[in-house]
Amino acid sequence: MSPPIGFTLRRRTLLAGTAAAALTHSMTRDASAQTAEAPQPVGPQTSTVTLVVNGTPREITVDNRVSLLDALREHLKLTGTKKGCDHGQCGACTCTVNGERINACLSLAVMHDGDEIETIEGIGQPDNMDPMQAAFVEQDGFQCGYCTPGQIQSARKVIEEIRAGIPSHVTGDLTAEIAMTDAEIRERMSGNICRCGAYANILSAITQVAEENA
Amino acid sequence: MRAFSYEKPANPSEAVARAAEVEGAKFLAGGTNLLDLMKHEIEAPAHVIDVNGLGLDEVTETEDGGLRIGTLVTNTALSAHPRIRRDYPVLTRAIAAGATGQLRNKATTGGNLLQRTRCPYFFDTNMPCNKRSPGSGCGALTEGAFSRQLGVIGTSSSCIATHPSDMAVAMRVLDAIVETVTPSGMTREIAVEDLHLLPGDTPERETALMPGELITHVRLPAPVGGTQAYHKVRDRASYAFALVSVALVRQADGTGRVALGGVAPKPWRRADADAQLPNGAAAVMSVLLDGATPTEENAFKLTLAERTLAAMLKEA
Repeated sequence: MSPPIGFTLRRRTLLAGTAAAALTHSMTRDASAQTAEAPQPVGPQTSTVTLVVNGTPREITVDNRVSLLDALREHLKLTGTKKGCDHGQCGACTCTVNGERINACLSLAVMHDGDEIETIEGIGQPDNMDPMQAAFVEQDGFQCGYCTPGQIQSARKVIEEIRAGIPSHVTGDLTAEIAMTDAEIRERMSGNICRCGAYANILSAITQVAEENA
Repeated sequence: MRAFSYEKPANPSEAVARAAEVEGAKFLAGGTNLLDLMKHEIEAPAHVIDVNGLGLDEVTETEDGGLRIGTLVTNTALSAHPRIRRDYPVLTRAIAAGATGQLRNKATTGGNLLQRTRCPYFFDTNMPCNKRSPGSGCGALTEGAFSRQLGVIGTSSSCIATHPSDMAVAMRVLDAIVETVTPSGMTREIAVEDLHLLPGDTPERETALMPGELITHVRLPAPVGGTQAYHKVRDRASYAFALVSVALVRQADGTGRVALGGVAPKPWRRADADAQLPNGAAAVMSVLLDGATPTEENAFKLTLAERTLAAMLKEA
């Protein structure tokens, strides 16, 4: 597992500082906009949860509003899971919870007490890559790399989902075995956007892994 | 996102009791729609009741040969269920036509039915919207507004938003029944047909559920057989909302059922339009879309719906 990232002064830190200043402003606005009659929280606004991340239980206390994605990135410093749109449209935050891929941005950390979460850091490391990671390198399945952790998480699960017989929009006979076709893989990967447009090579990487362990 | 307190009750009666006593409480299931809306502050619950601890995640057989689906069964699990694939294929097809693998893994059956419109004027908090902010006007009906995606029938001068679900269109064509528990702890049943309300002058009222009422199951009657299909027309091949979608059940004698998605504030079906099925797509649509009030931008949906059904009848 990667060591926690020490946030030194660099562009990202500077931007975070600027964002904090903007936040102060918007909080002032929100407070003034709230009417006296608006319902108020009736209990603690923070929760303590244990996430089993890549096999290790990690207890954290977070604001109830913290998404699973932010819990991983900001609280556990596992920045391999990326924040793209933060609205479930791009797939950059894809990770697996109890073995199923989800958008970590559209789930709250507080909903996952005791859940098994696997992030890209748990799949493989540079000196010990998962076959899907190796295939992405071999097939040149990325350019800038930002969407890649999410692509790899989805890609691994797509193969499993096809083999488990979960039908997709392009599946023909719903009662027959599902074939590992390009159309099936493309359709199932539609929740992962690649702005660099590496789709053809991503497809090659997934196909390679599917054929290797056929 | 506004601050909220959180709890995760262990049974449905506790969940509805808490919803009844806590002002500003909201149920949270998969969260794929609610959390998105909370980030936009279109939804701002003061208290969140997480219903994921209630069980309600199984599909069981009913005495009449139908199925009873727990409200927390995920879209993926429902679409892949062997009985659904064999006996209710229109439902598998509709679910698989919506969203993405990641979202379907999280989204639930009850949550899918209760998801809110994707009208861009509902989402843009700088724009008027009678649904989001009653009395503020309809951004989609202002001069030069973009209404290509929006409704053509069942709409009103207050709101032309559509219901975005694919799954609900199949549930409608299959005559599904929603089972609920009310805040007082009573159970009741609502036909899917009656679950969603038309906007009229109160587009903020979207369903027949009372405040704090919880969907516990969705029941499918015994299989109706026939050839079943769901055809969704959209701007790209995957992960887009329908311009028009058609759910079809067609029997060997040419009779059957038709429901439309993407055109109305609820899955759109009429018994007298079903009766026209033996007479072809034009006959069906002349009844089903009778009284439509499209905008200039979305009038194409009327033609598209008829042609989509015609293409399906050719295949079925």
